[in-house]
Amino acid sequence: MYDKQKLESIKKKENEWQKNKYKKITKNHPERKESFENLSGIGIKNIYNPWDNKDLEFFKDIGFPGEYPFLRGIHATMHRGRLWTMRQFAGFGSAEETNKRYKYLLKHGETGLSVAFDYPTLYGYDSDHPLARGEFGKCGVAISSLKDMEILFDGIHVDEITTSMTINGPAAIIWAMYIANAENRGINRNLIGGTIQNDILKEYIAQKSFIFPPEPSMKLIVDTFEYGFKEVPRWNTISISGYHIREAGSTATQELAFTLGDGIEYVKAAKERGLEIDKFAPRLSFFFNAHNDFFEEIAKYRAARRIWAKEMKKLGAKKDRSLLMRFHTQTAGCALTAQQPEINIVRVTLQALSAILGGTQSLHTNSMDEALALPSEKAVRIALRTQQIIAEESGITNTIDPLGGSYYIEWLTDKMEEETYNYFDKVEKLGGVIPAIEKGFFQREIAESAYKYQKEIDTNKRKIVGVNDYITDDEISIPILKMDEKGEHRQINRIKKLRKERNNQKVEKNLHRLKKAAKGSENLMPYILDCIRSYATLGETCGLLREIYGEYEEPAIY
Amino acid sequence: MNKKIRILIAKPGLDGHDRGAKIVARSLRNAGMEVIYTGLHQTAEMIVETAIQEDVDVIGLSLLSGAHMTLFTDVTKLLKKKKIEDIIVLGGGIIPEQDIPKLKKEGISGVFGPGTRTEEIVEFINKNVKK
Repeated sequence: MYDKQKLESIKKKENEWQKNKYKKITKNHPERKESFENLSGIGIKNIYNPWDNKDLEFFKDIGFPGEYPFLRGIHATMHRGRLWTMRQFAGFGSAEETNKRYKYLLKHGETGLSVAFDYPTLYGYDSDHPLARGEFGKCGVAISSLKDMEILFDGIHVDEITTSMTINGPAAIIWAMYIANAENRGINRNLIGGTIQNDILKEYIAQKSFIFPPEPSMKLIVDTFEYGFKEVPRWNTISISGYHIREAGSTATQELAFTLGDGIEYVKAAKERGLEIDKFAPRLSFFFNAHNDFFEEIAKYRAARRIWAKEMKKLGAKKDRSLLMRFHTQTAGCALTAQQPEINIVRVTLQALSAILGGTQSLHTNSMDEALALPSEKAVRIALRTQQIIAEESGITNTIDPLGGSYYIEWLTDKMEEETYNYFDKVEKLGGVIPAIEKGFFQREIAESAYKYQKEIDTNKRKIVGVNDYITDDEISIPILKMDEKGEHRQINRIKKLRKERNNQKVEKNLHRLKKAAKGSENLMPYILDCIRSYATLGETCGLLREIYGEYEEPAIY
Repeated sequence: MNKKIRILIAKPGLDGHDRGAKIVARSLRNAGMEVIYTGLHQTAEMIVETAIQEDVDVIGLSLLSGAHMTLFTDVTKLLKKKKIEDIIVLGGGIIPEQDIPKLKKEGISGVFGPGTRTEEIVEFINKNVKK
């Protein structure tokens, strides 16, 4: 971006400054720390100058928003045109309680919905399954059938609002419930918009709510891709997620590399099925974490866009729409402290800021009380207000990619891209993503980083305010969410009543047809939809697939 | 001669959050204890059975799903039923303050929430296991 002679003179001047000025001063007044590094362990210099960007070419590497390589944003207008979607991940107890929470959030200005399911639902069990014991509604809402889905979205305009659903193993089944509910309300499925997470690779790697082994899981995912672009064209049929990889303890670089690597794996799987890349790629979406290291996070999102655009081109994408790395962000749950919970509001503000400066399409801000329990109404409202303050008051959204061209940010973006490609090489040497999972590669990398991070906190090398420094003895005095104790009872009665009252002959017939189809290679979505429409439960539908596909078991490594 | 302390780290129920369990397992091993990690999705029966087979001094349960009141106490109740009294049971995870006294009453000797230094757990075990 600079001419060579000028760069040389800047470099020369910097060397002098480092030697004659900086070193001289730090001889008598040493820096606060022996070395400075970011959360990924990348060493950070005292200053960045044009020399650090010497290999960057403006048109090739930086460019303009809405144009290749999309470093500066996927849309030409970004947040000047439209703000990000304010989408709070929410769900607890029964469908009735969660429906109330959604209406509360919408009333306070939320612009998208995001469903958290409880563990039995995530594993494809009905609420009355023995393994659901103690888990009902605990970390999300319990959804066992289309009946529950109807209650969950009662009075909510599913044709106007988009809904993201964090569901993976049984994603196709839960999606079918959403589609069937819309259709029952007279809304054509080609009008509904939203996202299913549907990212099984990161379940094996980090989040661990998997059901089936890799092969049938990938098959089901490609089924949803195909059904999606043909029948539900406004739906993102996958949200390729780094969030959980990060929460499990990875660094930002690992999050970036493993997530994009997973993304490429899905594209390859769909291509192998014979799907045309420019048909399904526009509906691939991503999900990242926003952790504490402010600039590192911003560089991560920027690098992700550039790498994805490049890789998609290599994979044969022709349309611009296929090259866009569209993403949702959630602030880091693992960075919240149970101590002095109110100060989490400040942490979350900084994290949210990094996501917005990084060009996110959608954002969840954590509530201050989430290291203790699910968020109370007041806590979640403050979290939402945090986004609204940034959007309306800070002026940050006035220009696009305001940190573009920062010597530091551009250097770091480039560095993270380089490290990502190093990881791509490593994974390829292990035979690809799935073999690397089976060898425990990602799991070990993450466990290693998580342990290192914890040790740094334990030894006070890394300070966490309220945890290992600036500690107070004040008692925690924020209210904790209380759930309706009758919810579980109500839910189990509802399932029992449903099993008795529905047309069981029709259910049997549809389940039988699904079973037959699952033994072959047909797209299962139409069969799953028929089961769901006739009120087969999640447990029945998923249980049948369990019988055919078997279950994944992971090696316990620590 | 001092026998090494044996500890079972277990993940009861459906919860998949295993970051904490793995860090604690590794920290205890580095502190010189024998650590057995069950992996995910354990029932109370599986946990107690493994604890007996492995002859452990301590069971460390980790849960971030909010189901601790049921799933932690399932383990202590089963131990009581089997008249096993010499195993200390500890719990960790996302556990609201007001649940801690109830868990202690049910036989969970120590509860370690977010922000706990791993040495605190090591010290607690060293202090409470009879050698």
